[in-house]
Amino acid sequence: MEPFLKGRWKWLTVVGMLMFFLTGCSSNIKAGVLNPQGPVAQKQYDLIMWSIILMSVILVVVFTLFVVILIKYRARPENEGYEPPDQEGNRLLEVVWTMIPVIIVIALAVPTVTTTFDLEKSPSPDKEPITIEAESAQWKWIFKYPVQGIETVNYVKIPANVPVRFQLESHDAMNSFWVPELGGQEYTMAKMPMYLWLEADKPGTYLGRGANFTGRDFAKMEFTVEAEKPSDFDDWVKQVKETAPAQSKEEFEKLLEPGTVGRMTFSSYPEDEKKDSSDHGHGHGSSKEHHESNSH
Amino acid sequence: MDLFDMKMPDQLIVWGNPLINGAWISIILVTLGIVFVLTKYKKWRWLWDEWLTTVDHKKIGIMYIVSALLMLFRGGVDALLMRIQLALPNLEFLDAQHYNEIFTTHGTVMIIFMAMPFLIGLMNVAVPLQIGARDVAFPTLNAISFWLFFAGALLFNLSFVIGGSPDAGWTNYVPLAGEELTPGIGINYYLWGLQISGIGTLATGINFLVTILKMRAPGMTLMRMPMFTWSTLITSVIIVFAFPVLTVALALLTFDRLLGAHFFTIDGGGMPMMWANLFWIWGHPEVYIVILPAFGIFSEVISTFARKRLFGYSAMVVSIVAISALSFLVWVHHFFTMGNGPWINSVFSITTMAIAIPTGVKVFNWLFTMYKGRIEFTTPMLWSLAFIPNFIIGGVTGVMLASAPADYQYHNSYFLISHFHYVLIGGTVFGCLAGLYYWWPKMFGFKINERISKWAFWVFVIGFNMTFIPMYLVGLKGMPRRIYTYREGLGWTGLNFIETVGTFVMGAGFVLLVWAIIYSIRHAKRDYESDPWNGRTLEWAIASPPPHYNFARVPRITGQDPLWRAKKKGETIFEEKTPLKPIHMPNHTGIPAVMAGFWFVAGFGFVFEWIPVGLAGILGVLLCMMWRSLTDYHDHHEVPVTELRDAAAEEIKNAGGRSARGVVNDG
Amino acid sequence: MAELDQKVNLPDFPEYQTEDGRLKIFGFWVFLAAEVVLFSTLFATYLVFKDQTAGGPTAKDLFEVKEFMAETLILLTSSFTCGLATLKMRLGQKKGVLMWMGLTLLLGLGFMVMEIGEFIKYVGEGATIGTSAFLSAFYVLLSTHGVHVSLGILWVSLLLIQVVKRGLTPITSRKLFIAGLYWHFLDVVWIFVFTAVYLTGLVS
Repeated sequence: MEPFLKGRWKWLTVVGMLMFFLTGCSSNIKAGVLNPQGPVAQKQYDLIMWSIILMSVILVVVFTLFVVILIKYRARPENEGYEPPDQEGNRLLEVVWTMIPVIIVIALAVPTVTTTFDLEKSPSPDKEPITIEAESAQWKWIFKYPVQGIETVNYVKIPANVPVRFQLESHDAMNSFWVPELGGQEYTMAKMPMYLWLEADKPGTYLGRGANFTGRDFAKMEFTVEAEKPSDFDDWVKQVKETAPAQSKEEFEKLLEPGTVGRMTFSSYPEDEKKDSSDHGHGHGSSKEHHESNSH
Repeated sequence: MDLFDMKMPDQLIVWGNPLINGAWISIILVTLGIVFVLTKYKKWRWLWDEWLTTVDHKKIGIMYIVSALLMLFRGGVDALLMRIQLALPNLEFLDAQHYNEIFTTHGTVMIIFMAMPFLIGLMNVAVPLQIGARDVAFPTLNAISFWLFFAGALLFNLSFVIGGSPDAGWTNYVPLAGEELTPGIGINYYLWGLQISGIGTLATGINFLVTILKMRAPGMTLMRMPMFTWSTLITSVIIVFAFPVLTVALALLTFDRLLGAHFFTIDGGGMPMMWANLFWIWGHPEVYIVILPAFGIFSEVISTFARKRLFGYSAMVVSIVAISALSFLVWVHHFFTMGNGPWINSVFSITTMAIAIPTGVKVFNWLFTMYKGRIEFTTPMLWSLAFIPNFIIGGVTGVMLASAPADYQYHNSYFLISHFHYVLIGGTVFGCLAGLYYWWPKMFGFKINERISKWAFWVFVIGFNMTFIPMYLVGLKGMPRRIYTYREGLGWTGLNFIETVGTFVMGAGFVLLVWAIIYSIRHAKRDYESDPWNGRTLEWAIASPPPHYNFARVPRITGQDPLWRAKKKGETIFEEKTPLKPIHMPNHTGIPAVMAGFWFVAGFGFVFEWIPVGLAGILGVLLCMMWRSLTDYHDHHEVPVTELRDAAAEEIKNAGGRSARGVVNDG
Repeated sequence: MAELDQKVNLPDFPEYQTEDGRLKIFGFWVFLAAEVVLFSTLFATYLVFKDQTAGGPTAKDLFEVKEFMAETLILLTSSFTCGLATLKMRLGQKKGVLMWMGLTLLLGLGFMVMEIGEFIKYVGEGATIGTSAFLSAFYVLLSTHGVHVSLGILWVSLLLIQVVKRGLTPITSRKLFIAGLYWHFLDVVWIFVFTAVYLTGLVS
């Protein structure tokens, strides 16, 4: 026999080494998805944790069986002449291990479905939401505030503790709007607006980025979501209205050309770009009237 | 008409980047080397007669496997380049364009030109032998399949030195991959490389479906078939129903790019989302096309080296069938975040999770096949054993991804990347390697060196886990896929560095594997044992390598694991009293290779949008088909009885029944 | 001519006589299953895009009842003549096969001429493949069918040469039979084109 009875020790060494490496190198796992900072991310976090618990059960059962069987029934010089039994199967056992995954799947499917429906709605239905249009272009993020009439590029300020309805759209390639600490992503697509609810629990800066590949400078499509106390947010809007430049149609067109830009702020954006978000269905159009009355 | 303009792309011959210059030089040197060797040893004739014109399923299988190993190398080099670039923040080893091309070709090459041909190669080698057939149903078509794959792969691989590679990801999502946002010819390479090889794959699906349903030896009922044959049958069904969708998707995008149609454009009423749907209606079944045969291989290997019949055979069959049916009902889970609405997402979450049920059944059945067995740790068994824990890690994270709201956080991140590498490497690649080691002695008459191979195994598996465990974590930390660089201060650096080191460890494992093969080719003893693993199925009842007609006498089957029954229970597979009869075998033909050559010309012409060249290629293809139709009246020859005697004697010795075998049957 | 003599030599269902023939016929059925998937995908695509006219001409603007009814009639008739040819093949009547299959070819050619004429007319009215998603889907669906028919014409012509040269044998019979399956299949596809494209195009 080859000396591969030692196989299992090698396995343990591998796992041990990996654990060592991983704990050593990733000191802070509390970042991104595992560091939820708002109700949407929290719901997803809870679901992820629940699924990890369920999956751990499977992992433990299978790994234990695997190791025990390998050790117990490995070929050794002592069992040289051993003739394994001619077993066709075992109905009872097979029913058992069909039912275990069924139960686990049900245990995961139920919260999955309820959360799926929950995420379609405002995370805090009793609070007045605000709407922000988040638009991807090659390779920058443009944020428009239809009620306030202002525009920012590559950063977005939101009031903390207020549900934000991001209206997502793309000017060219399909991207995906993702702020891991506030909640999961949704695609941005040309001529097909979709929305995503997010909310920050407290003031802070959260990193967001485009998650779906869009070409050359895709890697640079990072933006920050800056949550501030609602009063500070209102002050900021006022300040932008007063001090930031207005954006002309030509400037907007130029912005859309492929390339990267830094942070930008505009006190207004061209009229025909204030497009009718409610045209495309999806309801939740309450901010529309404000838009019409406030922007003049 | 401007369609007939033969425009030159900006840079026909890609030159300048040191990596690509190196590739050019090595391509030229290798080509010259091959030409030189073939000429010096006067092997051109041999190459043409024995390989290029062969219709023998075993040789075609070997050609598939050799090509797949080359593609594994190519895709692996892509992976190494990517990992070097991402080892540390802000590296400038590759620029964005080069990186984008490389991740695109890595994915495409690995799935389409490595995993599938590797498995199809193993099917070719083993399936006809396992069912007691002398060839596949349509041997010439089988050769056409191979050569179409080869032409497609060649075309696709040319892209990085001639004209530029595709750069929109292996999923090739529009509108990015449309003419407007990605002009140039890279995407055309993708479209035509996949189209040509895809036609070959479809033909393979038809061929094996008919072979398995219609050409089994007497007594080989469906429920007596080896599990690898079962998985091949079901895979063929999936191919027949999934590949036409890919054909259409590729064609529609080709029309968009070539003729200005509006299927997937933003303007003109097109719908980019339609591409995602069509691509994944093919793409998800495709995942099962590359995993089910691997499942079949593990079933064979585990049963053989546990010295025990497969536990719960019928449940295993039902599971494969269930998985194949579900594989067509889950495609939306690839884009939960595309605004499908809660109902659709819920339904597809549940169907996706449901796949875990038959898969779980299979895992438990494999475990219980080994329960009370006598497990021998040969190399094919090691790969099969490593599959279980690694695939389970991929499987449970798959279930996590199936939960739509949670997927909003995993989607497009390295968590997803790690998941599918765990299933595709831990499942498909381990399966391919297990199968390669297992059937190698049948193909060539000797084993691959076990000592070096075990080193290769451990190094590869350790490197694999070192690469992909950190990817789960960095994904949860918010790292998206397909970025060519990242900045400092995100907490990704350490994990990325380990991944890169792990990739190199995997690469070292691959080098060891190649060394094991080369070493064995040079030094291994040629023992030509028929049954080196103490096997259970029919392929081990005939000589290694088998004669081109496989079976001198058609075997008669009385139950599952026929050779094992012959060895243990003294059942007779080959009846000595049955007189030998001359065997009809198909003639060699050059039409498949020539036809694929014309496909290559057509593909090349259409890639560069040189319509006359493209049409000339198509005309050549049609002429080959017509030539074949006019000349296929005498495409068989007879193998005379005198040539069959030795092979027949070998069969009788191995599985000829109690009297012929003498003392073996005391147990 | 020797057709009547040959009838004696040829067994019933000559196309199924050899193992090879049986495999090929079964394999062709599997191929047709793949073709069904191919055309289903194209039909689904057409139905998704049929109202995406992007300001260009609609189905109603373009289609003319007389034309597509004529096309339909011609193709249906060709399926009938093709069936008669198979019948004659089983009876071992070479001349009958040549006549009915020849007629089938002529009808197929007639269909193609009409279809190409229809396309030329549409393009003249400014309705090209690049006009709108609707027209892209329309042209691709119809030309996929049309290319199939054209290939069928080429294939059957080639078979008729072989029948003339070799007479009706189990091999040529099998080839004719399979080509017949193909031809009928294209007819079935056309019936779906007739319904899903032309009829619904008129009412929408």
